Amino acid sequence: MAEATPMDTDPQQTENPDGMYPIAVLLDELKHDDVSLRLNAVRRLGTIALALGVERTREELVPFLDESIDDEDEVLLALAEELGSFVEYVGGPAYAHVLLLPLENLAAVEETVVRDKAVESLSKISTVFSPGQVEEHFLPLVKRLSSGDWFTSRTSACGLYAPVYDRCTPAIRDELRKGFSVLCRDDTPMVRRAAATNLSKMIGKVSKDHLIADLLPLFNGLSQDDQDSVRLLTVEALIAIAKVLSAPESKTHLLQVMRNLCSDKSWRVRYMVAEKFVEMSKAVGDVLVREELILAYVHVLKDSEAEVRTAAATQIPGFSALIDRDAILRNILPCVQTLVSDASQHVRASLATHITGLAPLLGKDNTIEHLLPLFLQLLKDEAPEVRLNIISKLDLVNNVIGIELLSQSLLPAIVELAEDKQWRVRLAIIENIPLLASHLGQDFFDEKLSNLCMQWLGDAVFSIREAATANLRKLTEVFGVDWAKRTIIPKVLELSSNQNYLYRMTTLFALTTLAQVVTPEVVKDLIVPTVITLSADPIPNIRFNVAKSFEQLTPILRKPELGNTLNGDVRGTLNKLNEDPDVDVRYYAHRALIAAQ
Amino acid sequence: MSGDDESGWRFAQCFGDKGDVEDVTEADIISAVEFDETGDYLATGDKGGRVVLFERNEGKKGCEYKFYTEFQSHEPEFDYLKSLEIEEKINKIRWCKRQNAAHFLLSTNDKTIKLWKIFEKSIKVVAENNCSEGDGAVGRFTRDSLKLPKLVHHDTMIAAIPRKIYSNAHAYHINSISVNSDGETYLSADDLRINLWNLNVADQSFNIVDIKPVNMEELTEVITAAEFHPLSCNTFMYSSSKGTIKLADMRMAALCDQHAKLFEEEEDPQNKSFFSEIISSISDVKFTRDGRYIVSRDYLTLKVWDINMESKPVQTILIHDLRSKLCDLYENDCIFDKFECTVSGDGSHVLTGSYSNYFHIYDRNGKNDIVLQADKSAFKAKKAGSAKNKPTATVGKGKVSKKEELLNVDALDFGKKILHASWHPRENTVALAATNNLFLFQQV
Repeated sequence: MAEATPMDTDPQQTENPDGMYPIAVLLDELKHDDVSLRLNAVRRLGTIALALGVERTREELVPFLDESIDDEDEVLLALAEELGSFVEYVGGPAYAHVLLLPLENLAAVEETVVRDKAVESLSKISTVFSPGQVEEHFLPLVKRLSSGDWFTSRTSACGLYAPVYDRCTPAIRDELRKGFSVLCRDDTPMVRRAAATNLSKMIGKVSKDHLIADLLPLFNGLSQDDQDSVRLLTVEALIAIAKVLSAPESKTHLLQVMRNLCSDKSWRVRYMVAEKFVEMSKAVGDVLVREELILAYVHVLKDSEAEVRTAAATQIPGFSALIDRDAILRNILPCVQTLVSDASQHVRASLATHITGLAPLLGKDNTIEHLLPLFLQLLKDEAPEVRLNIISKLDLVNNVIGIELLSQSLLPAIVELAEDKQWRVRLAIIENIPLLASHLGQDFFDEKLSNLCMQWLGDAVFSIREAATANLRKLTEVFGVDWAKRTIIPKVLELSSNQNYLYRMTTLFALTTLAQVVTPEVVKDLIVPTVITLSADPIPNIRFNVAKSFEQLTPILRKPELGNTLNGDVRGTLNKLNEDPDVDVRYYAHRALIAAQ
Repeated sequence: MSGDDESGWRFAQCFGDKGDVEDVTEADIISAVEFDETGDYLATGDKGGRVVLFERNEGKKGCEYKFYTEFQSHEPEFDYLKSLEIEEKINKIRWCKRQNAAHFLLSTNDKTIKLWKIFEKSIKVVAENNCSEGDGAVGRFTRDSLKLPKLVHHDTMIAAIPRKIYSNAHAYHINSISVNSDGETYLSADDLRINLWNLNVADQSFNIVDIKPVNMEELTEVITAAEFHPLSCNTFMYSSSKGTIKLADMRMAALCDQHAKLFEEEEDPQNKSFFSEIISSISDVKFTRDGRYIVSRDYLTLKVWDINMESKPVQTILIHDLRSKLCDLYENDCIFDKFECTVSGDGSHVLTGSYSNYFHIYDRNGKNDIVLQADKSAFKAKKAGSAKNKPTATVGKGKVSKKEELLNVDALDFGKKILHASWHPRENTVALAATNNLFLFQQV
């Protein structure tokens, strides 16, 4: 052994220098003047810790990190995150508590994101603690933070009760609930907000008895807070409590609060209720939904504030799924009919996205009778966003009433939108065409829509032309190569001799895209010759796009069925383009030639 | 020895260049004064975009302040899109509730609001690290020779850093900012709109009031000031150039165009003149700290409103009777001066400024008008006499001439005016901006 020692260190010295030098640099960079270097060093703390070994990490690195508390927020954020997964570097769970020191300080800084991350990391570390460690190290920390002078540490404390609760002895649990209740009654709204946010997590941890005895009063208190911003957070807690309680218990304990929240003076609270209506309804159970919430929901749908109606509209299908068809027709539908002509376009847009979800619930006949007229009205809405939303959700309706009926009633509207002034609307229509086509069938499509598809190729907006070429490809996938060869390719080829160079360009793009889905014969007989013809175009833009097009086509042109096309005509064309007077054309031709090698 | 003696108000301190007013640098003119919520700190902003902080001098008895720190809050900018110069002048300063050892305040110029953090920063320098020798010998390091950088304390300084910059939300000039009691939001008002911000979110604000007519030719009024209710987080008020104050409730709707209360006094048609509208424009509104009363200032008067009575103010106090001079004041633009008003911590007294560096302190019932002058005379008086009795005598003597001068409006110096003032939240100490000087007066 005595001999072995120098032997052992020797290789270390010849082998490790390479390994240790970067570590030395990283260590120095932890305190570099440049923030980005510090940030980078903190991101690699794991590497540093590995190199230092667990003992030095515990005794030197972690205390050192704690001193960095006055650094930039982004560095602190990274530090808070890294420390969350640092347990293995300090020697495993048995030593995990040494990490609490820097994290406790990070949990008290003023920047919210840093604090939140520190709390997240603290919760994460707490999961590996033994009950002894929790008691000895974690709980004192929670207490210190909870009684901190500044609200910043107290808000952080709110998030630390739930993670360890179920691993504590009953006596400590009592204490924890007490501590948490103090935070719920804090003077500072910020702390009460944090407490209200974390209340739902606590609810999931405590026993039902304690929930009713201890947390319910806290919940009631917060739900009547002076600050809107606190009250609105209790909606989440209400859902959490309702999930634990049985339906009759919910009714006893929550009904009044729920009523208050639904009719709160502040629209922000009602907004929160509206947004979570389905979740809340599911949590409290069928009976309360029938007895209480249908009417409450109707109120929310008719709220005076547009923001609330917008949120309420998102819940229409979800909530309707919880009640029977008659109730939908009787209660929800009249509101929906009003909302279709709501004064706020945001409400109508939200409605347009969600209204189609009613179709499966109402069934075919009701959809035809009640919903179709509404769809038509939304399709004709003055706001493009509304039209857009309804179009993109029509597939749901299609499943219920069938394409025949849908196309009969909606096709005129769709055709009208296909020529809408707003290009985004046209774009949305194009994106839905392949879907419509697959349902409509070939004949119907050829008759009604194919002209439209060709028309888009000549659209004034590039995005539309681009989408139109992609559309052709998708249509070919739907209807097959023969159909494409017969109907669209001839029309595209026709465009290649159009006077306007933009049309010729579109041809080029369309052909390149179509080449990916058609048979080699079509490529060889129809596509390649046309592209070659375009290589003599007077506009350089077209010529270099020919080169680019060939570059993209190379993999296809290599297929054996295409014989000598690549090495013959195509290479010849590219060679010619490579001597083009225009520098861009030469550049792309050169690239294509390299690809063709 | 009359009023002053009983009231006990006396000059305490004066900061700034004490030379003649004639050669004041424009950038040094103070444009905002504000105590923090404890009264231990005082901030001023000036036309040069600087913010200066003063700290309570614990060493002295009485309420004295000393310089704490100074920083450049705003720089002059140019809006290339609209071809407009944006002045660096600080329009308003508002302190945020303290959340740790640092101080936070909002400062704004015409367009951009900034959240500043002011804190004691310990500057540390790296004394020792791995590669400092510069040879960077790759082979030098072993696991054991690696060391953590060693830092030594170098210096402590007071640093001010902009934590958030809330920009691009105002098309017109920002006239007010106000922090909400919920601790997380604040409002900012310009001529036509009021926006609501979250202190933590700099790139997003919500419009809560918009009085911009579709057609700008139909524009008849602008927003002149806005403030949150000190206790109720949903309520705020804003005043207009038409002399109205509107109270709005954010709970009712996202956009508060529908006010909850409208405080307005019917104008006597007999007094109507070319200047009526200009002089009825409200230049500042403040809540008392309990939120029960509203104090508003227009060109000639100070009004106290009971929040429960919209029809008329409970008190109207004539500050200076300049009705005969309005033509001249219009000519020299003084009629557009925006006098602020401020309320004492207990809500019992109100303060507002006038010309010739006079300012008035009234009790809320409009009786007991105390007139003081934030002028070099006060400053010299203190210097000349021993602290014990002479100031009272001087001020007392001054009062006679003051009354005369106030009656004789022709003698007023319209170049000297007290526009900005702030009242210590817990004590009877007031801070006033007189051109480039900051004056502190206190009641002993």
